[in-house]
Amino acid sequence: MNRQKLTPYLFLIPGSIILGAFIFYPMMRAIWLSLTEYNMIQDAEFIGLDNYETLFQDDLFWQTLMNTFIYLIGVVPALVIVPIFLAVLVNQKVKGIGFFRSAFFVPVVTSLVVAGIAWDWVYKEHGLLNYALELAGIISEPIGWLTSTSTALFAVMVVTIWKGLGYYMVIYLAGLQSIHSDLYEAARIDGANWWQQITRITIPMLMPFILLVSIMSSISAMKVFEEIYVMTGGGPLHSSETLVFFIYNEAFANLNMGYASAAGVILFLLTLILSIINIKFMGKKGNLT
Amino acid sequence: MALTSVNNPKSLSTRLIGVTKKILTYILLILLTLFMLGPFLWLVSTALKSGGENIFQYPPKLIPEQLTFTNFVKVMETFPFWRYLFNSVVVTVFTVFFNVLFCSLAAYPLARMNFKGKNVIFILILSTMMIPFQLLMIPIYIMSLNLGLSNTYAGMILPHITTAFGVFLMRQAFTVIPKELDESARMDGANSFQIWLRILMPLVKPSIVTLIIFTFITAWGDFLWPLIIVSDQDMFTLPLGLNMLSGTFTSDWRLIAAGALISMAPIIIFFLILQRHFISGVMRGAVKG
Repeated sequence: MNRQKLTPYLFLIPGSIILGAFIFYPMMRAIWLSLTEYNMIQDAEFIGLDNYETLFQDDLFWQTLMNTFIYLIGVVPALVIVPIFLAVLVNQKVKGIGFFRSAFFVPVVTSLVVAGIAWDWVYKEHGLLNYALELAGIISEPIGWLTSTSTALFAVMVVTIWKGLGYYMVIYLAGLQSIHSDLYEAARIDGANWWQQITRITIPMLMPFILLVSIMSSISAMKVFEEIYVMTGGGPLHSSETLVFFIYNEAFANLNMGYASAAGVILFLLTLILSIINIKFMGKKGNLT
Repeated sequence: MALTSVNNPKSLSTRLIGVTKKILTYILLILLTLFMLGPFLWLVSTALKSGGENIFQYPPKLIPEQLTFTNFVKVMETFPFWRYLFNSVVVTVFTVFFNVLFCSLAAYPLARMNFKGKNVIFILILSTMMIPFQLLMIPIYIMSLNLGLSNTYAGMILPHITTAFGVFLMRQAFTVIPKELDESARMDGANSFQIWLRILMPLVKPSIVTLIIFTFITAWGDFLWPLIIVSDQDMFTLPLGLNMLSGTFTSDWRLIAAGALISMAPIIIFFLILQRHFISGVMRGAVKG
């Protein structure tokens, strides 16, 4: 009898140990670290909220926070809206559609290091983008997309969007295939055109998936790091540095473990707020919850 | 002729609309494919250009004047591709295996047993989704140093072998299986572990595939954590190795392009073989997750 009562816990042991050791314990440790000064050489020294105070007076911190928000505002709407149209497009039953679905998914499986190298070619001074724009007469002189403070962040945003489109497209594809075709049939009989079908049937029926994509893409935009690290290194002049890049630099380049942890706690709080906003806002619109 | 078109004007015009729609669809699909795969085409072109050809020429040229494979040969001499590939495979295979094992073990009692603290445990597990790894990486790094886990496979693998997403996904899968199956198996003398392994696991194969795909994509492309925990080049995974390669050969773009292509080849081959599973796996994840 006693053994039977124990059984459920036995199944939970391995997973709980991992989550405990690599999430719950580090979480508490991170909060504690954020209240200390610690450089890995000397012992950690408790300094209360000093790190947070310094953080709020640190111009670089505010700049990276600002860059992160710009990133969020630029990337999330594109990743929520464009993949809907891609999904509608590849949901048609035409010949060779499987090839196109896979082609759109290729950027998802390639590593960001490869993607960064490939896009570097597009953005180079003598690269494809400058050539195309000059040909179209939009610019007269090549622009250093990744080396100019006014364009670097936006150039990296395009890569994030490019890499995410296929992934969210597939999520929407799952949503589209769960919509009954009778609905479209009925709408067509009532004389609804293509646009009306999208706005009156597809979008409302996709609402749970739109919420999912909105949460996923905003949380991952909040944590953007790799494309920045690979393509611009945060530069020029910190113009493309984001919050996670700031945390990484403080922790692993400057060994300010306490200070970096404080910035990490801010990242956690922002992610939390963002998810709550998403669920509240989208939940109302999509009649969820 | 004139008569038939008068008799049957609708079918002709609808057919015309149908054909134009199809042509437009294909044009859109091809343009989008160029956008999604274009950067890679450029990598291929550069990697195949010989040393005598100016790769920075303006306007850019896609087709090489003289096809050559020497860049690939040269890069393989300095780029320990097989070593990096081996490391990537070890890290990914173990991460995927343990993640599937631990998540489905933990999900079983949460889906099919009643015990004290069940809801609290489930909510605790789900709450870990809200905590960004970018905050945890600082204490985990300090912890790993103390445990001697830096530059080891274990150090790269351990933090990622249980995820809330995995537990949630597997719990959903176990929940929909009729309870009678457990009961009849128990009558036949099977214990809980046997029921889990022999009866339930085979029934949730599609969800296991989904979890494998998700974990595979993240583990294979992971860059930030290996970047922090690994400094020994013998332990580099493919993204780390390529990142270093592009740092060493800053001047020779042909070699960087060849290296990038070589390092993305395994995942592309793997993806092309299993593309259906990749896409349907992500679709299932979206519906259930």
